[in-house]
Amino acid sequence: MSRSGGGSLPRYILQRVLLVIPMVWVILTLVFVVLRVAPGDPISAAVGGKIDAQALNQRKEALGLNRPLIVQYWDYLSQVIHLNFGTTFTDGQPVLRVVRDNGGATLSLTIAAFLVALVVGIPLGLVAGRYRDTAPDVVIRLFGILSYAAPIFFVGFLLQVYVAEPLGLPTGGASDPMTAFVVQPHTHILLIDVFLSGDGSAIVDVLKHLLLPALTLGLLICGVFIRLVRVNILQTMQADYVEAAEARGISRGRVTRHHALRNALVPVITVVGLQFALLLGGAVLTEETFNWPGLGQKLVEYIDDRDYGAVQGIVTIFAIAVVIVSVLVDIVNAMIDPRVRY
Amino acid sequence: MRLLKRLAAPVTDTTGLARWMLLAGLVITLVFIVLAVFAPWIATYGFAQATAHGHDFAKLSRPDGQHWFGTDRLEFDVYSRVVWGARTAIEVVALSIVICVVVGVPLGLVSGYFGGWLDRVLVLVMDALFAFPSFLLAIVFSFLLTNIVGGSVIAVSLSLSVIYVPQYYRVVRNTTVSAKEATYVEAARAMGASDWVIMRRYLFGNVVQSVPVIGTLNAADAILTLAGLGFLGLGIQSTQAAEWGHDLNRALADAGSGIWWTGLYPGLAIVLLVTGLTLVGEGLNETLNPTLRRRRLLPVVLPSRAALMGPADADQDQSEQDQKEEAR
Repeated sequence: MSRSGGGSLPRYILQRVLLVIPMVWVILTLVFVVLRVAPGDPISAAVGGKIDAQALNQRKEALGLNRPLIVQYWDYLSQVIHLNFGTTFTDGQPVLRVVRDNGGATLSLTIAAFLVALVVGIPLGLVAGRYRDTAPDVVIRLFGILSYAAPIFFVGFLLQVYVAEPLGLPTGGASDPMTAFVVQPHTHILLIDVFLSGDGSAIVDVLKHLLLPALTLGLLICGVFIRLVRVNILQTMQADYVEAAEARGISRGRVTRHHALRNALVPVITVVGLQFALLLGGAVLTEETFNWPGLGQKLVEYIDDRDYGAVQGIVTIFAIAVVIVSVLVDIVNAMIDPRVRY
Repeated sequence: MRLLKRLAAPVTDTTGLARWMLLAGLVITLVFIVLAVFAPWIATYGFAQATAHGHDFAKLSRPDGQHWFGTDRLEFDVYSRVVWGARTAIEVVALSIVICVVVGVPLGLVSGYFGGWLDRVLVLVMDALFAFPSFLLAIVFSFLLTNIVGGSVIAVSLSLSVIYVPQYYRVVRNTTVSAKEATYVEAARAMGASDWVIMRRYLFGNVVQSVPVIGTLNAADAILTLAGLGFLGLGIQSTQAAEWGHDLNRALADAGSGIWWTGLYPGLAIVLLVTGLTLVGEGLNETLNPTLRRRRLLPVVLPSRAALMGPADADQDQSEQDQKEEAR
């Protein structure tokens, strides 16, 4: 291994992690510029017209909004370094507590949706790619396009009207009030807490509430999986080693499963990381559709209240989460595929 | 005529399924453009009209002869709002693509051509924008813009542009970086062409070719983002224009009581338009992306051997069959 070529895994990981710092800095600056430097000040937007000018000034003073922007910017950056994401203006809560109380619901929703997407998307994509331009391919591709083209809230609407109502499934919230009351909040993630409690009927109740939201969000992502797996199967099926395998007399199905699928999945992992951003956006809409008590719904609430402090804090956390996931994906990719390490 | 031929090239060059998908996509998209342009004549009522001939419309009435798709909880005619919604959607998407092109292409051109610190700063900012979850970015920007200028077509188009500008910028910048080293640029510079002339006359035409493809692919996504913003109440208010996403938000309140018509039609409109645009994008991609492309093989008619050599050959049938195999 040449010294200049790099190529060792720890070195690649170090490089990739170091690159996060400027990236996060740029994103933080962007958030600050957009929310603070742009015209319109947070306090009058939040409570505009309801209090007189003097009281308005006092509140600005208290929140430090009268200081020079550069001081506020420095403050914001050093706060974030100390993992302090500020407080909300309307109800004076630390943003981190908002995240703790609502983040769990978002997390269980997105993970469940991801499972739905994987279980549905990868086999369908495989079949579509394997039988290119045949009837199954057409049907699966149309399904893929439709599941991407149908907005979350429309799928949610259809499920509520045509599935939830006839079957008596719940259409809002993460559990019945009774369940939420009975289950002890150990981890602040209801899905885990309910299993810790071991209460059978509570578990069923929580899973019932999770079913439709997870299905709705999962269908959105599964369209992406189908397209991706299909295209990658098509491309790997043209590779020389696939032809070589076929020439050795290995059946086409076996070649697809054992030779092409593994290589076709490498780009899928990359895109899975990119889908995390789509998943977050989709989670906001799903939570709003199903009245799911997650971070996205909270964000929309704070936006309605014109609460700059809360919006800034939550958006900062979302952005940092996305950057971290993208780094993790790159590292996993480098472990699987040595060519990534340059 | 040549222009027409070039425009039709993606359709004529493809074959089989890809061609049908592309054609279907084009037809659907055209239908919505017709709806958008002729909305005043196609819609039976205005988008925020709750009375006609001195009678108030009934609230949440089922589809019937007077209201083909029923009425919603604000007593608006659902059919008319679906038609007018096409106009809003096309307006917003067209405007945001124009903004993207006007901002992204020159920025990419200048940044790629001159390089230096401007290039580095722009790349950093655009990468950060690109890394940001796009829907969240749209939420933040429309939150901001509705605070400043109020919810309008222009505010929403601007917030959509912010999401998509980085894509145009990156493509144009990267093609410029490689194109500026080309021989024809060197020749132009040797003839004494100024930087401005090189960018305008020599580089521009060569680097904008991928812009239409990005535009089509983004248009479908933009429709969904617009509807999403409207659904969250961040887009256009229902009295200013008809917007499908916002209508679905109102429909959701009645979903529990089995009222389907207020949500079904606007939702179907979104699905159809996005599907149409996606089909066009996928069709273009399958013809333009060399790793996926399967060009139609032109049937070559060889002079029959009988004519050349006299007695018929047994091989002849075989070779004709091979050609058919290939053409497929």
